[in-house]
Amino acid sequence: MILPFTIVQVVIACLVGLLCVILGLMGRKPNDLTVLSVGAIEVLLLAQAVAAIVAPLAGNPPTGNLVEFWAYLVSALIIPPLAIFWALIERTRWSNVVLGAAAFAIAVMLWRMEQIWSVQLA
Amino acid sequence: MSDHPRTRASGIGRLLVAVYAILAIAALGRSAFQIIDRFDEAPIAFSLSAVAAVVYVLATLSLAFGWDRLAWVTITFELVGVLVVGTLSVVAPAVLGLDDANPFGREATVWSAYGAGYLFIPLALPILGILWLRHRARSGVPA
Repeated sequence: MILPFTIVQVVIACLVGLLCVILGLMGRKPNDLTVLSVGAIEVLLLAQAVAAIVAPLAGNPPTGNLVEFWAYLVSALIIPPLAIFWALIERTRWSNVVLGAAAFAIAVMLWRMEQIWSVQLA
Repeated sequence: MSDHPRTRASGIGRLLVAVYAILAIAALGRSAFQIIDRFDEAPIAFSLSAVAAVVYVLATLSLAFGWDRLAWVTITFELVGVLVVGTLSVVAPAVLGLDDANPFGREATVWSAYGAGYLFIPLALPILGILWLRHRARSGVPA
């Protein structure tokens, strides 16, 4: 993992989380803004996956356990699509809150992944 | 659209299902990794972890599909689990075969230190789940 990229992802995920939760609690239903912003998180995660595959080959191996790292990354990758799927099926204010919760969960998981990659020892 | 009580209750119910689903995914991933990578380090704790993960999945499904009895059983199991295992992990980790009480350590599970490693969500969630089930039972509305 590359720390600046991780920070960017975490900040974006938190902002998206706040946006979706606030809009949801305000009674707004999922719309392009909330759904696509979570979609953007997924795109960034996919880029993160590519980076994680390339990094060890480019002299940036994890200090922690690679299997544990990928367990987190794979779990993280399936959450946004599930949340978006939910929001598209059930267009209520709570689906927006669910999108926000998913975004916050991703932020936490990204932070853990960064720890596993750069701080933790295997 | 107006937000009468049934919609709101079922809306919060949806959020509960979603957070349970996220925790179930996290617990499954964590437990699978630990069993694959280091089962012999703490077999009791990791086996409990696997059971907990499966129960989280069942709790998620039962809340989502309105299987009330299963929901009660699974949520109660988790609440008891996080309280008992949480306490043991802090005061007597050796009983679980753990070397230390660190909820972020190598042998930490979803219930270590009352779910501290997961922002205490494993502790809060079953409590909220029980409150929600009681609310539903009392008001008699379907999910």
